[in-house]
Amino acid sequence: MPTLHTVNKSPFERSAMASCLNHVTDGDSVLMIEDAVVGARKGTALADDLRDRQRTCALYVLGPDLVARGLKPDDLIEGITVVDYAGFVDLAARNMRVCAWL
Amino acid sequence: MRFGIVVNEGPYTHQASDTAYHFTKAVLAGGHEVFRVFFYHDGVNNGTRYTVPPQDDRNLQKLWSELAEQHGIDLVVCIAAAQRRGILDESEARRHGKSGDNIAPGFRISGLGQLIEAGIEADRLVVFGD
Repeated sequence: MPTLHTVNKSPFERSAMASCLNHVTDGDSVLMIEDAVVGARKGTALADDLRDRQRTCALYVLGPDLVARGLKPDDLIEGITVVDYAGFVDLAARNMRVCAWL
Repeated sequence: MRFGIVVNEGPYTHQASDTAYHFTKAVLAGGHEVFRVFFYHDGVNNGTRYTVPPQDDRNLQKLWSELAEQHGIDLVVCIAAAQRRGILDESEARRHGKSGDNIAPGFRISGLGQLIEAGIEADRLVVFGD
């Protein structure tokens, strides 16, 4: 019964990402949207944790929000997948439910 | 698949209304159904037709209204949240003795039951907010 988790605030600003990561279970997906896309960058305080998480869950970033903040796919931690809005819809459909960490 | 969408943030605050709008469009483009978009908390501010952003900026209220007209989507504004924030339709304006209403085309004012119904009837309920 996998869940898609969405996070929309920077993990360096609020604790939503930390709360989310404390609740994800094996097979879940986490999609970073809006300001949360900065959490997917290489070399941050969160990067090691996110790299480890990819053993049990899949990490995604919303492409248009990445571009809007001047970031490129090359700036991201290896293994994180960039999706567009259609990909966001597919993730919502493929998982049993969507949990927004607001 | 049938989607319910919840918008908890007003336009031009952070990005929630924009994201919800683009997500809703992608749901329709993907051949899915939108059961309802429910505007709650500050999200009700998406539903006033008196919104006048600068001409070179997107007009979120208009975009939602156009989407509702083109695809027959049910845009519901929570009544209690709306009254607190001065979002009124004709009958609510009359009931409270106000001089005019401001609900935007395609939006309607109703209660939380509509959110519960969306949660029951939709296969997925996706929430956008602050």
